[in-house]
Amino acid sequence: MHIVICIKQVPDSAQIRVHPVTNTIMRQGVPTIINPYDLFALEEALKLRDVHGGEVTVLTMGPPMAEDSLRKALGYGADRAVLLTDRYFAGSDTLATSFALSQAIAKIGETFGRPDIVFTGKQTIDGDTAQVGPGIAKRLDLSQLTYVAKIASIDLDTREIEVARRAEGGTQLLKSRLPCLITMLEDTNEIRRGSLQQALCAARSQVVKWTAADAGIDDLTRCGLRGSPTVVKRVFAPTARAESAAQIDTAERGLQDIADELIADILTRRPALEHELAFNSGT
Amino acid sequence: MSTASQTTPRIAPGRAGVKKELPDRFKDYRHVWVFLELERGNVHPVSFELLGEGRKLADKLEVQLAGVVLGPPGEMVEDAAAEAFAYGADLVYIVDAPPLADYRNEPFAKALTDLVNTHKPEILLLGATTLGRDLAGSVATTLQTGLTADCTELDVDSDGSLAATRPTFGGSLLCTIYTLNYRPQMATVRPRVMPMPQRVDKPVGRVMRHKLSLVEDDIVTKVLGFLPDNQSAMANLAYADVVVAGGLGLGAAENLQLVKNLARAIGAEHGCSRPLVQKGWMPANRQIGQTGKTIRPKLYIAAGISGAIQHRVGVEGADLIVAINTDPNAPIFEFAHLGIVTDAIRFLPALTEAFTRRLSPHSRDKLAS
Repeated sequence: MHIVICIKQVPDSAQIRVHPVTNTIMRQGVPTIINPYDLFALEEALKLRDVHGGEVTVLTMGPPMAEDSLRKALGYGADRAVLLTDRYFAGSDTLATSFALSQAIAKIGETFGRPDIVFTGKQTIDGDTAQVGPGIAKRLDLSQLTYVAKIASIDLDTREIEVARRAEGGTQLLKSRLPCLITMLEDTNEIRRGSLQQALCAARSQVVKWTAADAGIDDLTRCGLRGSPTVVKRVFAPTARAESAAQIDTAERGLQDIADELIADILTRRPALEHELAFNSGT
Repeated sequence: MSTASQTTPRIAPGRAGVKKELPDRFKDYRHVWVFLELERGNVHPVSFELLGEGRKLADKLEVQLAGVVLGPPGEMVEDAAAEAFAYGADLVYIVDAPPLADYRNEPFAKALTDLVNTHKPEILLLGATTLGRDLAGSVATTLQTGLTADCTELDVDSDGSLAATRPTFGGSLLCTIYTLNYRPQMATVRPRVMPMPQRVDKPVGRVMRHKLSLVEDDIVTKVLGFLPDNQSAMANLAYADVVVAGGLGLGAAENLQLVKNLARAIGAEHGCSRPLVQKGWMPANRQIGQTGKTIRPKLYIAAGISGAIQHRVGVEGADLIVAINTDPNAPIFEFAHLGIVTDAIRFLPALTEAFTRRLSPHSRDKLAS
């Protein structure tokens, strides 16, 4: 089977800092990582290939430096990597992004064989929208299976797939058909350590680099800023509350004393809580 | 892969400078719609929260507020419509057909897309639930319009455009996003981000019914079953009245037991900040913040949490926020109501004991009565 997995190179959010005066993001020196949610999908793709045979193609759209994350994916054991990079993609919102990626996936299908499954992570940690996966599914007319917790079975002869997906208030068991798009839920598996051989392979192998034209995109008005219906008008830091927290004095006092004062303060501000807490309390 | 994460006005002045020139084909798009999510026979509370917001937007625009109900023919759909009126809708669109009994993307996306193309709303709001996100993403793609995810504030601009504000850059800043030249302007909002509006018993208003232009045989995906969550094992953080949460200040995974002990003593739910989930100290369904659960409890106690914006937007709706942190300059003290500069690891056991002492007589009364 042929599996395409879309990943994104994101800034390591734990290390993002905002400039205290200008409120701009300080990008300098922030390390980049593969979007952590994508790793659950990548591992699932690699496991399926191990069982069913075939190839895993990893795809990303981004600046030239996004090649680093593709090499990492090759190091984990992906068979092929495609970098979609072009200045026309700059400023893409989710609609323009899913357009470019779906065009590239179609081209990957023509060039390397039609994919049976396209994977994405549940969402990215920088955008958090979870919209690109459904966008790709709609554009390529793939069965859309989001928030998949487990792939129960795949039958390559009948082209049937059964999955468990996270739904509101429970788990939905679905039967669908290939080709499909799966967004993989977090904590579903753990990314493997690539072998030394794979690491060497990753360092040597070529990353396929495509411009918009290479990916077969003729209509550049659907890419980047021009192809994005959403417009970011304003970026700002939230305003602080008029007054900051009332501090409870902790100097030279026992912890029990402080705790009692805190509880008294809580109940003075919200008297109704006494009943609430007592009622809830299991003791 | 959002707009927000890739551009800011400073970086791409061209984008922020985009002018509103609404094409003629969108000029008759009017009214505000809220998608009502049916969950196992009940309307998801986020839909009512959205009707409250939708009402405000519709009043500002001087247009109508409509609810959209998709489901199987029968009582469930009719009840949901009645609830939509009780929470402020002027009219309700219903598509009822057997394939809409359980959520699946194909029939729901088809029904909603067809409704939009027929009746042309200017604003369409959905809950940012697993269902709402699954549906909104594909509907916006088919309609080729803008969709802003996980908004924390919705407003109408002086020229009538929807101003949708959401956290960006992993929750370190906020940004306001517009869909200037496409319609409808779509947005999702997470549960509990908006307050629950007052329910007012009202007679059922105008209901518009539509047929689903799909039959079961057209639909590839079939539902084999549904396993409801084990309620006792699952965190019901979003709707809990009292929440205790821990952050990196707790220092080690085993210290989360201190948070759980306090939560148990006062009948609260427990949770954590994002770094703890990333470290694997707590499961993702306990995460509080922009990418986890948004909470609006009566009391929120944050222990060893510094208060990054992505956490802040998830807890700001709490009535009373108590912060315990060793760092007097931690941002959490800027939005907490009560603060204690001390080590949570030492203080939590003392607080648990003090609460137990204070509350146990009442509980004994309760047991005796």
